[in-house]
Amino acid sequence: MTSAESITRSVGAPRAAFLDFPLGHTAGKANERDEQRAILTAALNLFATLETPGEIVRLPFEWSEDETWKVVSASEEAEEESGETKDDRTERRDAPQYQSSADRTRAEEALASGGCPTCVFFDG
Amino acid sequence: MTSQLPAVDYIQRTRDQYDALGYAPYRWVENIGAPPWAAMTKPLSECRVALIGSGGIYTPGQVGYHFKDDDSFRVIDSQTKEADLRIVHFAYDMADARRDPNVVFPLGPLRDLAERGVICGLGSNSYAFMGGIYSSRRVKDRLAPALADRVVSDEVDLVLLVPV
Repeated sequence: MTSAESITRSVGAPRAAFLDFPLGHTAGKANERDEQRAILTAALNLFATLETPGEIVRLPFEWSEDETWKVVSASEEAEEESGETKDDRTERRDAPQYQSSADRTRAEEALASGGCPTCVFFDG
Repeated sequence: MTSQLPAVDYIQRTRDQYDALGYAPYRWVENIGAPPWAAMTKPLSECRVALIGSGGIYTPGQVGYHFKDDDSFRVIDSQTKEADLRIVHFAYDMADARRDPNVVFPLGPLRDLAERGVICGLGSNSYAFMGGIYSSRRVKDRLAPALADRVVSDEVDLVLLVPV
């Protein structure tokens, strides 16, 4: 599945279902279970129907009638004009990050008492 | 209702963004030629499916992800409740994924489809990692082959990849 058709085309997946939703919603909208099932059924059906390696099929679902999310936001354009574009991604650190401090505590306790057998790390 | 605007070209958008920031151009993976192909050998309703997601999913007790080319992965029991799926990632808006992890790691609806007979079931394990790994070499040489080995030994028929 993909919400970034150009990237998937460049990488070259054997079969791909393109869902034209904003990033962070590759498999549907939050708490819309019926539509999530419909999206997944449509995507999985492509396993049975596609015959050409590399084919990308657009799924027939729309995020919203309002498509402003596709346009670079006015504030980003203003940034570019003022020459003050900022890198808005989170700073890259090499310590594990968690959704909550409780998760951090649990993971650290698990590591202290035998490790995490379902965490797979590569050396170096 | 059909979309009026074309799909967002994220390659071009990233190129423009890097250019504006004064960074060297980002080099996307570009594989030339037809991708590998495995034919379906049975109907979808008889297929066991594995889920692999790159949205930064982990479960309580597992180690989270770090934000500097983390190419590790987590084994997630396919019967894990949505309330026990956690998300951490440096490069996308996680608000909806944290409200409903199914938007990036659709275990819930996939279990529904298994119950309804659309698929035969899920593999016992699903797999998660955090995308935004800038070293494509690490993905190609280490992460991808390790995940491929896992799903082969899990004896699933299909693998559904859900990137973010």
